[in-house]
Amino acid sequence: MSVLLAFAAAMLFATGTFLLLQRRLSRIIIGIGLIGHGSNILLLTSGRTGRGLPPIIGSADPTDFADPLPQALALTSIVITFGVTAFLFALGYRSWKLTNDDIVEDDVEDRYIARRRKVDRQVAESEAAERERAAEEDRS
Amino acid sequence: MNPLVSQLVAADVLAPGSGAFDTLIPLPVILPLFGAALSVVFARIRPIQRIISFTTLIIIVITNITMLIRVDDVGDPIAGPGGVAVSQAGGWKAPLGISLVVDRLSAIMLVVSSLMLLSVLVYAVGEHSEERRFAAFHPVYLVLAAGVSASFVTGDLFNLFVAFEMMLVASYVLLTLGGRAGQVRSGMSYVVISLIASTFFITALALVYSATGTVNMAELSERIPELSQGVQVGFSLLLLVVFGIKAGLFPLFFWLPDSYPTAPNAITAVFAGLLTKVGVYAIIRTQLLLFPEGAQQGTLLLVVAGLTMVTGVLGALSQDDLQRILSFHIVSHIGYMIFGLALFTLAGVAGAVFYVVHHIVVKTALFLVAGLIEARAGSDRLSRLGGMVRASPMLAILFALPAMSIAGLPPFSGFVAKFALVDAGIAADRWAIVAVSLGVSLLTMYVMGRIWSGVFWGEPQADSIAETLADRTVRLPVLMTASTVAVVAMTIGLMVFAGPLYDLAERAAIDLLEPSRYMDAVLGADR
Repeated sequence: MSVLLAFAAAMLFATGTFLLLQRRLSRIIIGIGLIGHGSNILLLTSGRTGRGLPPIIGSADPTDFADPLPQALALTSIVITFGVTAFLFALGYRSWKLTNDDIVEDDVEDRYIARRRKVDRQVAESEAAERERAAEEDRS
Repeated sequence: MNPLVSQLVAADVLAPGSGAFDTLIPLPVILPLFGAALSVVFARIRPIQRIISFTTLIIIVITNITMLIRVDDVGDPIAGPGGVAVSQAGGWKAPLGISLVVDRLSAIMLVVSSLMLLSVLVYAVGEHSEERRFAAFHPVYLVLAAGVSASFVTGDLFNLFVAFEMMLVASYVLLTLGGRAGQVRSGMSYVVISLIASTFFITALALVYSATGTVNMAELSERIPELSQGVQVGFSLLLLVVFGIKAGLFPLFFWLPDSYPTAPNAITAVFAGLLTKVGVYAIIRTQLLLFPEGAQQGTLLLVVAGLTMVTGVLGALSQDDLQRILSFHIVSHIGYMIFGLALFTLAGVAGAVFYVVHHIVVKTALFLVAGLIEARAGSDRLSRLGGMVRASPMLAILFALPAMSIAGLPPFSGFVAKFALVDAGIAADRWAIVAVSLGVSLLTMYVMGRIWSGVFWGEPQADSIAETLADRTVRLPVLMTASTVAVVAMTIGLMVFAGPLYDLAERAAIDLLEPSRYMDAVLGADR
């Protein structure tokens, strides 16, 4: 059982990571969901003790009980991931309404600064060319 | 008494509450949450929402100051041994229940953060923009306050995750309030990167729990040293990545300068002041409390600190937008805090704690001034602004004081903080990082000089700006200015009371370097 769960968690992490690296927000959201499931399964397996029976005093031998704490932790994290995923979908929808797309764009300001550098270089180049021309005229 | 309760008390797992301090500790978390709920009820009546938010935050400021005074008072019997006060939620004893712990570091952070939250709220009300337009502003702001406070008082690694989420979800909403295209664009990457960090956190928690069987930090501090060296280092690195993303450490800082500037001005100020510092707090807390000497990543942290300082300041140099310059600058200064921690000496940790306090106040002040500049001139681009020293001398003074402080000029608090760190670095024979930090200080000075000459000196570069500035009838918004003046006055206060504050930071560092006090207070000395 444990090996199966470990395998499941590994697969979820792998597919999730692949989807995260895409450019579309919808795929990224699915990727995050999968990775979240992977870590929740990891949480569940961290509480496996004995045969995993319900931990109610008197119902069975205490050594066979499952540890309820990781299950509570997993529930909490599921609720949180659910809420944030819903928020991300809303963001994606908003982006689709604004730009007709949900591609995660590059940083605009970074492009602006990169362009500024290019302009600087062009100015410098044309100045250098002008100086050369002036020097040639002097020589002639 | 209920028979089940008496059975539990007899089994020594339940200890019904005791002392006034118990009721004080949860207040910074519970009150804002309660206020947020109430604020939702009065969503249509803005004045009532304002009254709720202000009352809540003022009560919290008073509570936090009371807690700081009592925790720091060694003679106070209620604070328990060694200046660590503990409240067990519902009376369940330590490893079973939820422990809320306030030691000197938590108390200092609580006081500073609640003061900033209050000042920025005044600023936001005066700004007449998002606060007025959206009913969601006040409830979400209070949830943010609750999340920040909860991360400082929690004594449990899982609740630290919950506190982080509370804070982050609130920050997602505040960042994208208004839903403009730029906000949606940067909001996407901010939410996704934070979510990835949270998933890492859950994964780390799962691994820590399967190795130790607990998530209570005091108990973890007892059990992690029993694990093998490799596992300890693994956990230490995993938690460092998780909190490094939130704190904006190199190379995990890239989301920060992109997302912060798109938020409304007041919100950027509170994010800049508080959110990354919560990450730094978590790094300081976990590295010092959970891991024994062998698993602490001193050298790695020093390298990361150096790179964080350098990349941050170089990024700030190349930007044109005021908010973005300051955002890159946050990254640079996170490096200084990590530098202090990475020495793992008393002087280093004390310097880091002092630096965190200094940075929260000064950075918030700078962002508030940047917001005022935008309100007055209508732009925050250095390539368009200019000549504001004549149009608005008051703004020039308000900017110059925190700017000189952050550049580390004597006698400001930035000088004291940097001096403490450099002194600690020299004492620990870490010359390389000392040299880097001094070099970055010079560059910081240059960045501040660039802002000064771009915004305040010369002539306005754009005609529209020149027109706005020439119009002398334009007044600075009263509430915004008042709040900025208050925060700048606090930076001056940091300078005047640098001596006592540094002593306090040193006492906090002593607590941090001796985890046994924390463990005794949470788990009981007779464990």
